[in-house]
Amino acid sequence: MSTVIETPAEQIEKNLQEVEAVTIRFAGDSGDGMQLTGTQFTNTSAVVGNDISTLPDFPAEIRAPAGSLPGVSGFQLNFSSQDIKTPGDQPSVLVAMNPAALKVNLPDLEDGGTIIVNTDGFTKENLKYANYAANPLDDGSLAGYRVHKLPITTLNMNALKGNVELSRKEIDRSKNFFALGVLYWLYDRPMENTLNWISAKFGKNPELAKANEIALKTGYNFADTTEVFTTHFTIKKAKIAPGKYRKITGNEATALGFVAASQLAGRPLFYGSYPITPASDILHELARHKSFGVKTFQAEDEIAAVCSAIGASFVGQIGLTGTSGPGVALKQEAIGLAVMTELPLVIINVQRGGPSTGLPTKTEQADLFQAVWGRNGECPAIVVAPATPADCFHMAIEAVRLAFKYMSPVFYLSDGYLANGAEPWAIPEIADLPKIEVTFANDPANFMPYARDPETFARPYAIPGTPGLEHRIGGIEKQHITGNVNYDPENHHLMVKLRQEKIDRAANDVPLVEVFGAPKGKVLVLGWGSTYGSISTAVEKLQSEGKSVSSAHLRYLNPFPRNLAEVLGGFETVIVPEMNLGQLATMIRAKYLVDAVAFSKVKGRPFQIREIVRKVEEYL
Amino acid sequence: MSTSGNGPRGNGNGNKPIVEQAVSADSEIGSAVSGKIAPPPGQLKKADFISDQEVRWCPGCGDYAILNNVQKVMPELGIPREKIVFVSGIGCSSRFPYYMNTYGFHSIHGRAPAVATGIKCGNPDLSVWVITGDGDALSIGGNHFMHAIRRNLDINYILFNNRIYGLTKGQYSPTSEFGKKTKSTPVGTIDYPINPLSLAIASESTFVARSIDIDVKHLGSVVEAAAKHKGISFVEVYQNCNIFNDHAFDQFAERSVRSDRVLYLEHGKPMIFGKDRDRGIRMNGAHPEVVTLGENSFNESDLLVHDIYLEDPSVAFMLARMEQPDFPQPVGIFRAIERATYEEMMVGQIDAAISKNGPGSLEKLINSGDTWIVE
Repeated sequence: MSTVIETPAEQIEKNLQEVEAVTIRFAGDSGDGMQLTGTQFTNTSAVVGNDISTLPDFPAEIRAPAGSLPGVSGFQLNFSSQDIKTPGDQPSVLVAMNPAALKVNLPDLEDGGTIIVNTDGFTKENLKYANYAANPLDDGSLAGYRVHKLPITTLNMNALKGNVELSRKEIDRSKNFFALGVLYWLYDRPMENTLNWISAKFGKNPELAKANEIALKTGYNFADTTEVFTTHFTIKKAKIAPGKYRKITGNEATALGFVAASQLAGRPLFYGSYPITPASDILHELARHKSFGVKTFQAEDEIAAVCSAIGASFVGQIGLTGTSGPGVALKQEAIGLAVMTELPLVIINVQRGGPSTGLPTKTEQADLFQAVWGRNGECPAIVVAPATPADCFHMAIEAVRLAFKYMSPVFYLSDGYLANGAEPWAIPEIADLPKIEVTFANDPANFMPYARDPETFARPYAIPGTPGLEHRIGGIEKQHITGNVNYDPENHHLMVKLRQEKIDRAANDVPLVEVFGAPKGKVLVLGWGSTYGSISTAVEKLQSEGKSVSSAHLRYLNPFPRNLAEVLGGFETVIVPEMNLGQLATMIRAKYLVDAVAFSKVKGRPFQIREIVRKVEEYL
Repeated sequence: MSTSGNGPRGNGNGNKPIVEQAVSADSEIGSAVSGKIAPPPGQLKKADFISDQEVRWCPGCGDYAILNNVQKVMPELGIPREKIVFVSGIGCSSRFPYYMNTYGFHSIHGRAPAVATGIKCGNPDLSVWVITGDGDALSIGGNHFMHAIRRNLDINYILFNNRIYGLTKGQYSPTSEFGKKTKSTPVGTIDYPINPLSLAIASESTFVARSIDIDVKHLGSVVEAAAKHKGISFVEVYQNCNIFNDHAFDQFAERSVRSDRVLYLEHGKPMIFGKDRDRGIRMNGAHPEVVTLGENSFNESDLLVHDIYLEDPSVAFMLARMEQPDFPQPVGIFRAIERATYEEMMVGQIDAAISKNGPGSLEKLINSGDTWIVE
């Protein structure tokens, strides 16, 4: 974390000071463009070579009443010259466009942190909206912080008035670029990347492009010349592994991963989906990739979305459906059909706060049980979970590989934090990506729809259009081997066990779980999904202090990696931090009879590093 | 710390019997498939479409007649057997795919149109058939019914309407007549029934038809026309459930009264019906009425002439609303218009993208956006 030290204000000469890492949070009304500002800052920071990690945090309402507390939208960015894995526990800098943004975010700001406020946003009305009895900018309540008061709206208006043919309202809308310009100067970032973006984005509306460009440049120049800022900061390039990088969010990586899987499998991708936060961006992204033969189908509902994907799988496409928790609840009967008909299918669940509608824009990991056990009957499916935004790419390929190899539905559990969070992605070489084999049955001699591969127990994949293999499948229990409708008690018992055995056998195709740190010791911190960054950073910190702590992260949750029992057995205590009430911990306890400690946080927010450090310290 | 690698759902090591049973074909198990490649389309016979599965509908069920008819029509279509897929939901009618020696998918309640949508989009070359019932299509699957139809996928959609829930043993359905006494409505329903054709027309169906299970010849011709229509082909078949709703359609379908009480719609022909072909339908202002030819000087030229190609669905909708006893029950093709199909537009967008930008390059895709090199 950086230490922000300013030189005395009377010194006009500006200092450039080097810091290791900064965590900024941009906050304003949901209509203030804070997500955009944060994203632009992130892109530029990534391109200049910093390691980055982001946490967008926005309300479910598209435009909640301006100035209101529920309408505050935030975007947190951690950028560093070191390898970082989280968006930072606490922001060191808060940019607040109005009183509500200040009120909501101030509790998170580190002591002595920097606040940059748009004083124009601190109107009587807005102060009242945010339940401030007195203006916090004047009443001394911010004494513990370094506060920079800028009349951003006014400065921006003065810069633009007469220079662009836009209404007052339109001009005001560009004030986020003014703020971005200030921040670019303050953290020594080039403007070029954002200027290019503006001209590409607003090319068709030259006045808007001009306004945003002037706002950005004026903000930058203002910060450079004003006496408000005496010091600015530089953050060196991060020492990360050599290679070619791009910034990527989890949802982008997910979409690209499935396009890649389609190419690697040589099978077209069919994506059936119904819009739902926070998964819709995957639909938007995939809809753009028609030149890869990707078919996207915006279904009438969640059930149609999964059923269409099953239909596509039946005819040899990669049947993919994507949603969030409430959507999975609706899809479960159909997923059971895919289990019964033993067809490949991938279900993306970008988890959000539940139950019911819950917290649509916030993150959670409480759908693990739903994925593993959430259907009627004995209905096993494979479950995988990416650990970081960039890992989404790799796990998407894995999900498709396993679905085809085991002729089974595969759950792909992302979450809101991974979906919207961004990090640098070391772009892989195509040649290094795994191959996905898809074999279709084509020999009518001795074809049996439910005969099994002796190794994987997968049934043959015989797609319509293949002469001589005409057969019928469906949700009624199948006779072993023939696949005919069958109600025989012995057959049912056998088929239930065979379906389970097939999923268990997928463990042969799941990489062993890696232990970070010593293979034996006092505490193992076991995680899955998006907790990876916080857990691994916390454990590294404790390890650097000589503590007997290791971590392991599960990306395969059903079946578990074959060596998990052995790994768990090496430690006195297993702590499982999860954004739920202990779902993985319950599975670990049930399966391995290990007295795992569930460490729960269900607040719609990811774990902080220090929260995990403190928990682990209790057991050392 | 004690750990156990094998809980109740363990890897199954030492679970040898399962492994053995899984891979050893039981000699008593018969073949699920014919194992034979079908003759070329021109030489296919009805028998080529009969699967080896024993048909398990109740004796006397109207479904037999429909199955028989569809199997008979199949060879006429000139489609290779392996390119035909029957998809169904849940209910008596939905067992249909098991009895067709084609590809088949018996899916879940109400969802057949959605499964069929994925099948047709995934492989537009296939001839896709949805077999459904009044409960499956209009109750639990009502939403999919409307949306699959409005998208105009080239799918043949046959609804067996018996106005009752058969497989769950006799509850009323969304097409049961108002006031019907059933197991779940001992003093009569208070649900107003839905008219499947009205709904199909309102959902922009490009082909709408109706027939009767026991009117064998007519049913065959309607099914064939449906198969040949490019786009969604919706066919309602009045189907008698002799166990839970016997005689439901006798009022007009029974052989002795049929010609008097059924109006056979024929494109380009005036709407005439009756044993003596002496009655017809004419418009009286905005309303249809039944007239007797020769009475009050009405003759054929006064009658409505059926036109299945009208873009305006108003007449088709009006015909769909006519019913016994005030009107003859119309059957036949109500509407058959042309519109681009969903799957051809879907493929068209992909083709356009490829011809504009070339086939997608994964290398280019993952290297797109702002990239930077770390040395």
